[in-house]
Amino acid sequence: MKNTARYFALFREQAGCASEPVEWVGGTAADLFRLLAQRHESLTSEAAALVAINDEMAAWETALQEGDEVLFFPPVAGG
Amino acid sequence: MKFSVTHTAIDVDAAKKAVSDDACGALAVFEGWIRNHNEGQAVERLEYEVYRPVAEKEGSKIIDEAIERFGVSHAICIHREGLLELGDIAVIVCVSSPHRGEAFDACRYIIDQTKVRLPIWKKEHYVSGVSEWVNCEHCAAAGHSHGDH
Repeated sequence: MKNTARYFALFREQAGCASEPVEWVGGTAADLFRLLAQRHESLTSEAAALVAINDEMAAWETALQEGDEVLFFPPVAGG
Repeated sequence: MKFSVTHTAIDVDAAKKAVSDDACGALAVFEGWIRNHNEGQAVERLEYEVYRPVAEKEGSKIIDEAIERFGVSHAICIHREGLLELGDIAVIVCVSSPHRGEAFDACRYIIDQTKVRLPIWKKEHYVSGVSEWVNCEHCAAAGHSHGDH
């Protein structure tokens, strides 16, 4: 399955890029993050991280579809 | 727009005017300022990164929730992005309603939800020359909650 991963703030610095195409077996948003964390050693899983799919906030357990753009948000700190 | 993001200084008077209503006897305003210290470090300036497509959508949802939950008349929230200096206003929430109780409650709800739900990040630049992303896991580890900010 083909997806696009996008990284923000701390995650972008850890991954060393703002986005990348991913070809993989498919699964949930959490599965994809785990896979990417193996590829980018410094990308660390954070309990408070959030995820969005195609610009909509989503649950980590959401099953991804072909072509979905997955946005990985490190712990937020607005205000 | 109920929730918006801006690169330029927040106009407090314009924000208050946006919720003005002759039927309202109360206006609650929260301003978040850039302070000169965080967790023992002297802060020189601060940088906000905002992912607008989701922040604006989700931010508008928070405003709608506050209006529905507390029954207030009008509410807006404006958040800065980019580089901010000490004393700058990072965020403003304005809520108007016939009476003060619900205005205070809705204002608190909006700022609290804004801090935990929106894709907004801040990088603090310290006087020491070091800069660091501030994150709430860090806050949790330090033993305080979002309400302490």
